[in-house]
Amino acid sequence: MPHDTALNIEDFQIGNLRETAESRSKLVHTFGALAELGHEVASRSNFQETIRTSLHLILGSLGIMRGGVSRYSRFEHELNMLAVRGLGDGFPLSLELCYEDERQFLTGGLSPIEVSQAAVLPFFQVYGRTFENTRLELFVPLVIRDETVGAIFLGEKATGQPYSGYDKEIICAMGRHIGSAIAQRNMLSEIERRSDENRKLYDDLRMTYADTVKAFAAAIDFKDKYTEGHSVRVGRYSEIIAAELGWGADEVEGAAVAGYLHDVGKLTVERKIINAPYRINAKESAELNKHPAVGYEILAPIHHPYADVPLAAKYHHERLDGRGYPDGLSDRQIPYIAKVVNLADSFDAMTTDRPYRRRRPANEVFDDLQRNAGKQFAPELVTAFFRGILKELNGEVKDKKFRKLLGREYMESEGLAALLKESLNTLTPTTPLTMIRSV
Amino acid sequence: MEMEAASLEPAVVKTAIVYADDYLNKLTGEKIERECKQRLEEGCTELVVDLSKTEIVNSIGVSILLGVIDTASNAGAKVVFSEVNEGTIELFDMLGVSRHAAIVNRA
Repeated sequence: MPHDTALNIEDFQIGNLRETAESRSKLVHTFGALAELGHEVASRSNFQETIRTSLHLILGSLGIMRGGVSRYSRFEHELNMLAVRGLGDGFPLSLELCYEDERQFLTGGLSPIEVSQAAVLPFFQVYGRTFENTRLELFVPLVIRDETVGAIFLGEKATGQPYSGYDKEIICAMGRHIGSAIAQRNMLSEIERRSDENRKLYDDLRMTYADTVKAFAAAIDFKDKYTEGHSVRVGRYSEIIAAELGWGADEVEGAAVAGYLHDVGKLTVERKIINAPYRINAKESAELNKHPAVGYEILAPIHHPYADVPLAAKYHHERLDGRGYPDGLSDRQIPYIAKVVNLADSFDAMTTDRPYRRRRPANEVFDDLQRNAGKQFAPELVTAFFRGILKELNGEVKDKKFRKLLGREYMESEGLAALLKESLNTLTPTTPLTMIRSV
Repeated sequence: MEMEAASLEPAVVKTAIVYADDYLNKLTGEKIERECKQRLEEGCTELVVDLSKTEIVNSIGVSILLGVIDTASNAGAKVVFSEVNEGTIELFDMLGVSRHAAIVNRA
């Protein structure tokens, strides 16, 4: 074999080896980028950081000088840039697509489009000059599950070489990852939007329910001119007791509603009985005493957010010692919410004027409550109630709820704070939760 | 015929050295770009990026360095990569990075 031919073969083989080594290095480098991209998209990173990292990976894997990633808004029909590198300040942040553009991109799927050969499309006619100025060479629509979710813009390669088939394959592979990340983000945004909508609807519904309850309370109290505002006050006291017991926000609201509606059964009682300026007789008393059971019948068919509201109406006149009505329940048989409303109801009855008597002095009322803790009232509820009032008297709370409900003069009764403190010492910690004192 | 005397004074070269360390291969490496941009705004005409403590440059690192080159080019400045190991030199050659920046190693 001639010497120069042997040398040529050697050169060719060395050249081949070098090319193979380079191809292998390139393969390792781009696959490394692809693996990192997959990891990035699957991680819990902030979406903006994911997109910025993805742009770095696609540019750095093939040595591309500049580029950008955008997200498609199907409502505004525009591509909004999420991340850009080297495109300059003049590059638009939003690029509009027309129907023809969208149709063509969907038809073509996730496939790079050479900008220089795409002048037929309106998109490239409109933005052709911009792409030329920023030296963009490839445009890659991100089509995921038959939907355009975004696009990638790519500038020239640092080598100055045109994009090869291999380069485009890598770009498509990376584009699918980036497109999936955008699609996932779109889905999450949609879920968040609908969740916010649902939350708002739920809040509106709750407000409607609350307004309806208050309207009911006003209707109940309208019948009884001497106890105007009674249901609202019982609702407020019940709320205070529940909050002082450390109940959750929903349960506190439930207690308030139970208070507002506890006397709904009175709507069926004759006005002359309710407004009687004298003590009513046995027959009238029997009529009036039907109101808890009637209240239960009225409230039970309604789907309350708080299941115990009807029970509070039915059992708010039961007593711990079993001497209440309508069923003579005692102690643990009485639903807890009914015990709360019972205390609030009794307190309001004692602290408001009646047709046959004026409201009782504060000291007398609190003394009465303490004496009846364990007989009529659950002691821990009396404790909670006293604690709530004492906090307000001591200036520990900003909102003067009791002052608004009872009046300033009542709250400034002499010795009230001292009486409450002494009562608290007597009632806790030794008083068992459900002690029944002997008569 | 009059001729304009050419200026014989050499251009003033302001050089800044930025150490890439191991910040380069993550998103936080963008601060290297910001540092370089700041130096250019201060009047630097030559940026030296020291890669002595950068064992490997991944795709993120390449993108960041291309960004430095692009910014420097727009500002009319030169970029030099110093203390670059063999593997990185091969990578830069393969991706065309070395077409746009000089590579200088001390030893």
